[in-house]
Amino acid sequence: MVAMAPGDAADGGWAAVTPEHGSSLEPEECSMEPSAMPEEEMPPSVAPSPAGCQLFGYVGIEAVLDQMKIKTMKTGFEFNIMVVGQSGLGKSTMVNTLFKSKVSRKASQPSQEERIPKTVQLQSVTHVIEEKGVKMKLTVTDTPGFGDQINNENCWDPIIKYINEQYERYLREEILITRKRKIPDTRVHGCVYFIPPTGHWLRPLDLEFMRRLSKIVNVVPVIAKADTLTLEERAEFKQQIQADLKTHAISVYPQEDFDQDPDDRVLNDRIREKIPFAVVGADQEHQVNGKRVLGRKTKWGIIEVENPAHCEFPLLRDLLIRSHLQDLKDITHNVHYESYRVRRLNESNRPALSPLNGLPGKAEGSSDL
Amino acid sequence: MAVAVGRPASDDLRNLSLSGHVGFDSLPDQLVNKSTSQGFCFNILCVGETGIGKSTLMDTLFNTKFESEPATHNEPGVRLKARSYELQESNVHLKLTIVDTVGFGDQINKDDSYKPIVEYIDAQFEAYLQEELKIKRSLFNYHDTRIHACLYFIAPTGHSLKSLDLVTMKKLDSKVNIIPIIAKADTIAKNELHKFKSKIMSELVSNGVQIYQFPTDEETVAEINATMSVHLPFAVVGSTEEVKIGNKMAKARQYPWGVVQVENENHCDFVKLREMLIRVNMEDLREQTHTRHYELYRRCKLEEMGFKDTDPDSKPFSLQETYEAKRNEFLGELQKKEDEMRQMFVMRVKEKEAELKEAEKDLHEKFDHLKRTHQEEKKKVEDKKKELEEELNSFQKKKAAAQLLQSQAQQAGSQQTKKDKDKKNFFFM
Repeated sequence: MVAMAPGDAADGGWAAVTPEHGSSLEPEECSMEPSAMPEEEMPPSVAPSPAGCQLFGYVGIEAVLDQMKIKTMKTGFEFNIMVVGQSGLGKSTMVNTLFKSKVSRKASQPSQEERIPKTVQLQSVTHVIEEKGVKMKLTVTDTPGFGDQINNENCWDPIIKYINEQYERYLREEILITRKRKIPDTRVHGCVYFIPPTGHWLRPLDLEFMRRLSKIVNVVPVIAKADTLTLEERAEFKQQIQADLKTHAISVYPQEDFDQDPDDRVLNDRIREKIPFAVVGADQEHQVNGKRVLGRKTKWGIIEVENPAHCEFPLLRDLLIRSHLQDLKDITHNVHYESYRVRRLNESNRPALSPLNGLPGKAEGSSDL
Repeated sequence: MAVAVGRPASDDLRNLSLSGHVGFDSLPDQLVNKSTSQGFCFNILCVGETGIGKSTLMDTLFNTKFESEPATHNEPGVRLKARSYELQESNVHLKLTIVDTVGFGDQINKDDSYKPIVEYIDAQFEAYLQEELKIKRSLFNYHDTRIHACLYFIAPTGHSLKSLDLVTMKKLDSKVNIIPIIAKADTIAKNELHKFKSKIMSELVSNGVQIYQFPTDEETVAEINATMSVHLPFAVVGSTEEVKIGNKMAKARQYPWGVVQVENENHCDFVKLREMLIRVNMEDLREQTHTRHYELYRRCKLEEMGFKDTDPDSKPFSLQETYEAKRNEFLGELQKKEDEMRQMFVMRVKEKEAELKEAEKDLHEKFDHLKRTHQEEKKKVEDKKKELEEELNSFQKKKAAAQLLQSQAQQAGSQQTKKDKDKKNFFFM
């Protein structure tokens, strides 16, 4: 999945040439086909228009793929995910189930008491997980206190501030004269929003939040605790949510504007039909049919988390991790970060004027938008 | 005011063990798939004298025929010719750009030969930097034209590097990954080749030329890179013609005394070059270009423009403020220039006016003078005319008087004769 800035036409130069030249030759095979005439460009400073060339034999260009893989595996990956929702919706359990380990803040700070905070706080926990030689630095940001007050006005402000702060941090690193070789990436790549399973429609809080945040970050809405809905109720709820999102022009991930080619579009359309995923989180294993599965044990049955017939957790996991993780990062980098950068650089005021402390003048390191 | 973000007391990252298969081991594949669909860019710069075999080597390396006519030897200066080709192998699309130095080493005075090359490389960096500094930019589908590898073709003299080579390589080593190769290596015998290679390497080292080091920090490629580095500079032979060897066709050059096989490691180092350049280190070359050479260029350029990371109080500068300051400075300069130009303009106008006034005065004087002269002439002419008229008059009078006298005389004469006649007649009567 390649991210494209909205409004950009498809890159004509690439798409035009390659279909003409069919699948290339097998290695070790020598073909005497005449080569295509390349177009010649004289001025060296103008980007020359490319021409296709037929290879007579195996060159070894495809080895560059392996080279890239080795390099990326060595540097490792970073992934930052944020979970937002009211308390008690199963956010921490969900994250633990996703990454099959105790990554949530509850697990890492067992000494803290569970108490609903007065204001929305953000808590980040970072872990390094490794699988088959691939190292990933995973940061999970939790938002306890979201939507839990009596007056929830502007409860999204701290979250928006946090996200923009990460962009600011990255921007500052990027515009330094002497830059680091690898800029540490703390930007939020995906925000999972937990919708309470009311079964009716989205609440005003949900709409407000998603509307504001889908402009600056990839929002993935999920129906939490979906085991309280029957399948029909689930389908109805989803349709209602999709209609609501459409009415309010909220574009959640995967955004339609960023589909690069028709294959992507087909794939993403299928995903879009199923958004939001109805998920159930569980971190305990039970015995079912002789196998150990993750699930919730109730008196009327065991809800298997990884069973697609029971809940859509596998879909969520596949979307977030197995197929679209890189795409999430790309869209964050190419679209959201770039639009933040444009906004920021277009500001003609000095960035240090802060209405909160009321002091004009140089204040380094802080960024208020 | 930063949002208070709670972090665990110990800030070091903890390693967790997974209790099951999560699935992010597909991440490298996801990343690679994205790059595959976008395509790769690879740009090679070939620096070498005319006729040293650059085009042939490119054809041989990429197993294809890049159509190009050979250059003549009478180019007035060095110019760079860039051509782009799209190659596809299985599902990898490569946008290959080959930049040739036309006319390198042909001039009599080669002092400035390296300049067009350095300018071209800098121009590509500059284009990328401009794109990066734009407010609305699109870096992810930017066609990268920065040079990733520079193949420097050394002439097979058998002795040592030419001074032109040393100077050029010294100028290029901080801007691009240089891979020196000995061209037309089939003119050097094996024992001479070894001496030649070590002479070249020692000359490069003693002159401080930094050529591209094959990376040895990765276990998978460290070994092969280390073994190949020993053979630097690679002695290559290029050929696109095929000769029958045994029962196979192979790329080779046929001489009366034997056949030089391009892909035979005993004959030349072509296979090594291909391994190093394409199959093992292509990605590393691209990375080095971006993280080392481009960053160096960017740093120098920005510092030159006056940006700093910290001000004298060692507080970090905001680029925004610097931009502001720079822009104001620039505008101020422009204003100053404008004022200067205006002043100059006014001055010039004054001068011109004065000149013109002078000229006008002169003209008036001349005119007056002419007029006077004219008047005098006219008067003279009039006088003369009067004189002439008087003369004419007097002449006419004289003529008239003369005529009168004549007529009188005639009359008198005729009267006399008439009288005589009458007398006569009277007498006769």
